[in-house]
Amino acid sequence: MSATIVSLPDQSTARIPKMNYLSKENGLLSWLLTGDHKRIAILYLISLSFFFFIGGALAGLIRLELLTPQADLMATDTYNKVFTMHGVIMIFFFLVPSVPATLGNFLIPLMIGAKDLALPKVNLLSWYLYIAGGTLAIYTMATGGVDTGWTFTTPLSTHYVNTNVLTTGLAVFIAGFSSIFTGLNFIVTIHKMRCPGMTWFRLPLFVWAHYAASILMVLATPVVAIAIVLVALERTLGIGVFDPTKGGDPLLFQHLFWFYSHPAVYIMILPGMGVISETISTFSRKRVFGYTAVAFSSVAIAVFGFFVWAHHMFIMGISNYAVLVFSLLTMLVAVPSAIKIFNWTFTLYKGSITFETPMLYTFGFMGLFTIGGLTGVFLGTSGTDIHLTETYFIVAHFHFVMVGGMLMAFLAGIHFWWPKMTGRMYPEKISQLAAVITFIGFNFTFFPQFILGTLGMPRRYASYPPEFQVLNVFSTAGATILGVGYLLPVLYLTWSLKYGAIAGNNPWQATGLEWQIQSPPLTENFTVTPIMDHEAYDYEWLENQNLAKEKSKEVTHAG
Amino acid sequence: MPDSPVIVHGASEADHHEHPAYLRHHFESVEQQADAAGFAMWLFLVTEVMFFGGMFTAYLIYRNWYYPAFVAASHQLDVRWGTLNTLVLIISSFTMAMGVWCAETRRKKGLVLCLMLTMILGLGFLGIKSIEYSEKIEKHHVPGFHYSLQSFTDPQSDSAVYAEYHDKPLPLDMARHTEIYFSLYFALTGMHALHMIIGIAILGFMIFRAQAGAYTSGHVTFVENFGLYWHFVDVIWIYLFALLYLISRHQ
Amino acid sequence: MSHISPVLWQFLVKWMTTFALFPPEASKIAPQMDALLFFMILISLIGLTIVTLLVVSFCILYSKERHPVAVQVEGSTLLEATWTIIPLGLFLVMFVWGALIYFRVFTPPANSMNIYVVGKQWMWKAEHPGGQHEINSLHVPTGRAVQLTLISQDVFHSFSIPAFRVKREAIPGRYTTVWFEPTVPGTYHLFCTQYCGTNHSQMIGDVVVMTPEGYKKWLDESTSGASLAQNGERLFASLSCAACHNARPDARGPGLANVYGAKLPLASGGTVTADDAYLRESILNPSQHVTQGYAPIMPTYQGQISEEGVIALVEYIKNLNSDYRIQQTLNTTDLLPESEGKPAPAVTGQAGKKPAPQGKVNP
Repeated sequence: MSATIVSLPDQSTARIPKMNYLSKENGLLSWLLTGDHKRIAILYLISLSFFFFIGGALAGLIRLELLTPQADLMATDTYNKVFTMHGVIMIFFFLVPSVPATLGNFLIPLMIGAKDLALPKVNLLSWYLYIAGGTLAIYTMATGGVDTGWTFTTPLSTHYVNTNVLTTGLAVFIAGFSSIFTGLNFIVTIHKMRCPGMTWFRLPLFVWAHYAASILMVLATPVVAIAIVLVALERTLGIGVFDPTKGGDPLLFQHLFWFYSHPAVYIMILPGMGVISETISTFSRKRVFGYTAVAFSSVAIAVFGFFVWAHHMFIMGISNYAVLVFSLLTMLVAVPSAIKIFNWTFTLYKGSITFETPMLYTFGFMGLFTIGGLTGVFLGTSGTDIHLTETYFIVAHFHFVMVGGMLMAFLAGIHFWWPKMTGRMYPEKISQLAAVITFIGFNFTFFPQFILGTLGMPRRYASYPPEFQVLNVFSTAGATILGVGYLLPVLYLTWSLKYGAIAGNNPWQATGLEWQIQSPPLTENFTVTPIMDHEAYDYEWLENQNLAKEKSKEVTHAG
Repeated sequence: MPDSPVIVHGASEADHHEHPAYLRHHFESVEQQADAAGFAMWLFLVTEVMFFGGMFTAYLIYRNWYYPAFVAASHQLDVRWGTLNTLVLIISSFTMAMGVWCAETRRKKGLVLCLMLTMILGLGFLGIKSIEYSEKIEKHHVPGFHYSLQSFTDPQSDSAVYAEYHDKPLPLDMARHTEIYFSLYFALTGMHALHMIIGIAILGFMIFRAQAGAYTSGHVTFVENFGLYWHFVDVIWIYLFALLYLISRHQ
Repeated sequence: MSHISPVLWQFLVKWMTTFALFPPEASKIAPQMDALLFFMILISLIGLTIVTLLVVSFCILYSKERHPVAVQVEGSTLLEATWTIIPLGLFLVMFVWGALIYFRVFTPPANSMNIYVVGKQWMWKAEHPGGQHEINSLHVPTGRAVQLTLISQDVFHSFSIPAFRVKREAIPGRYTTVWFEPTVPGTYHLFCTQYCGTNHSQMIGDVVVMTPEGYKKWLDESTSGASLAQNGERLFASLSCAACHNARPDARGPGLANVYGAKLPLASGGTVTADDAYLRESILNPSQHVTQGYAPIMPTYQGQISEEGVIALVEYIKNLNSDYRIQQTLNTTDLLPESEGKPAPAVTGQAGKKPAPQGKVNP
């Protein structure tokens, strides 16, 4: 792995530019009242990491409990609260906002040549909503927790548990609005703030992916919001919309809930796919194979994603013909993901590939997402779903897509744009090691769960028949490795803030507009409104630029 | 937008240059700013449609299942109050539209007056709604522990409604499902009222700002977008009026 | 092997002896479902191998050392179409195959025996037609199609038997069904797979598959004296259902003999097949399911009969071939108009409490 594309400025003379978005103002208030999308992204990054490690600690507790067949580490009630809070925190406070709120926030204006998102105040508001929701979730946990599962299934959540359903619901409701505002902001920004020459088909695929995800955020999230409001009203006032004893239909709640929560998984994965499109192109020095196919497959996922929700309910007594339709549509939504995988693979073809950390995470993503996606087909096929649903197979599938897919993409993106965000490089060797550790740990943790699920081990069990123990021990052991893999980046990335090599404008020699300006960027990104005069991922254009720059070293393009 | 004038910033960001005070720095032009804000408002309204859409879906399903209960229960709503409220809201939409026009034509006094009228009408709507709610509370038609079926199993006990509709008594099992109707009635109108309250709060803020002349110096985006919101809330009400009050009047 | 730690050694031995990728196949559908599963695993492995091979070989062939300058390739409509159509075709095969199995699992054969299962926090109660009750276990014979009619008393539960490859939610307020035909005698796991609160993980039990002879023996040993239908008959009498449902010319309710499985015209128009779900609904929400020619005067029994009670009634009505016995009981009451023979004064009282005008239950 000697060949790299990293081109750093001369470390003895290079300095971080004095004027940048980090140095512009100091003091806590200048952060808490900022309208700068980049600062808000950093705020998100910090708070997200906090929630990720809380959710991760809860996951650790789950795995520890499952080390033995008996419920001996904690009482079943505690276990139920732990997995519920793990789900709530990881989904609503980490996965949904993860890539969009950090990388998307930071990069979309930079990539489309805008000075900021269209609505900076709304952007800040959505961070505050996120924090308010998150605080409420933590408060819920501190004051007794909630044990409904993250799906809030009625009538369990409305009539049968006496834990903090209301505060959790409120937390999710608030976080939902945070996500609506983020999505809305992105859509407006992408429509209205593109710089001259930035046509739709010159947008980086990262932006396309975020556009698709934003549509889902804006259209799907309000539905879960109203479902949660109705649950809260049913719990407090005793209205009967979902109450079977009053003639209400608990399945209606499931429909409303999954109408959001299925698109939500695309909200989570699409931005990750956007990251992968960027990294794979940069590290193979090639335009993404079939740009339009990849762009439209994002949109196709968003559109089809709305019409597959009932595949979560195949065995719940919905009509057999509804099952047929939803199963068919699920097959259709699998195709765009397959298209993406093959297009990324063929992006490598005749490239000039290097293996920096973001690329390693990218390979991790492709492998794990392929497995996650294919096992999703097992669950979308109505016949096999009967056997596999509600078992550890679902758990494994979901984690392969979300942790193996989304989190790998998140880490790929964080490493890839770290130089842009901070102006400094992360240490390469140890981060490559961390990527490998994560990959190995991940497979150890979650692959056994596919077998467990096929054998029939139900999910959300605090205790289980002893014959499942061996695989559970494997899984717990893997989780330990995985934990190390996640802790390492925190350590070395923090280290790099001070000691990392100076990155310069474009350490990866990437083509995006964000790489043509200084690192870290100025508060308003561009001193002169850029004009996009080439296609996305045009490496020849970049070479010509570099040649021109060498010819006249005095004239710099942007900062 | 290739023809929009490019504002060239100086090398130092502190540099100031010619543009109206309300044009925020990250926009190229006033049109772009207004465009973006308007588009955002429309998108927000789309999310609102989805928000109410969940409840409308529930309403349609249950109405289909429990048709007699929904008919009998909707007879409990007083269509006169509903009509009056619809009128109040439509007039308030008109005053709001006038307000937007006043802002666009820079008539400060007119704007303040229109906004005040809109606010008063909004409050009037809530007042009428609270009269209707208190009627429901008196008759124990609020879903929950004290819900009473008497008006449905024995319609003649409810003489005012009986005089108008001559409803037949519902069998007990069907009568029970009126509770679903009222669940949805309170959820829908309650959410609508919440939107009204938020709107009125914003109106208060706007009146305050309008008096200072904030919206009559050319920058009308906020007033326009609030107008969109207010009209949207109005439209939602018209659907509610049709679905909750009118649709079963002649059954 | 003593140099390996004894714990680890034990562990490995345990693994080798119990390790399996699939649960036992103990029902007729299991091998069929496994065939599809194997097919899908095979396709997945092939897909994964193709992607991995391509990625690895591209990484070797086109690494920067070997291939310092990238050649820009725009994309290819042909390739694009290939990897759209081939996966789509494969997914559609899986879809059709899966749908066939799905319909098979949820379409019980006509001659299947029916066992009722009631889920509640946190146990499964099974009711055999012969009146045998079981809690957290289910005894079934081999070689017979067994249909389960499931319902929940409180929250969602899910009845899962991995060895049979079947699973069905038990839902509050409506019946769901699933069927299977056990093939191999043995004891298998029964799980609740839908999260249902505190003791979700203890809502487990055993499914005992027995030979037909063994099953018959078990039935005889665990009989409770009265069959489910007999329990239903008793309930039918004590709720004085016969007051109306007696098939006399002047009866206010329809006669119930042979009603099960019949197509009934509804007062609201349309027809309905009288299945378990319809019978249950007509007891709990009668006014929505009135058959043609009758007034909606039947009181609801919601909240007055437990789910087990409803099941007993449904089973009774299912097996009712003639109205003779019903009329028989009526005649006895007619003979003793004022005495204790008058059935279930409790119900008369309840009906009286309601403002509805069906207070008079005098036949």
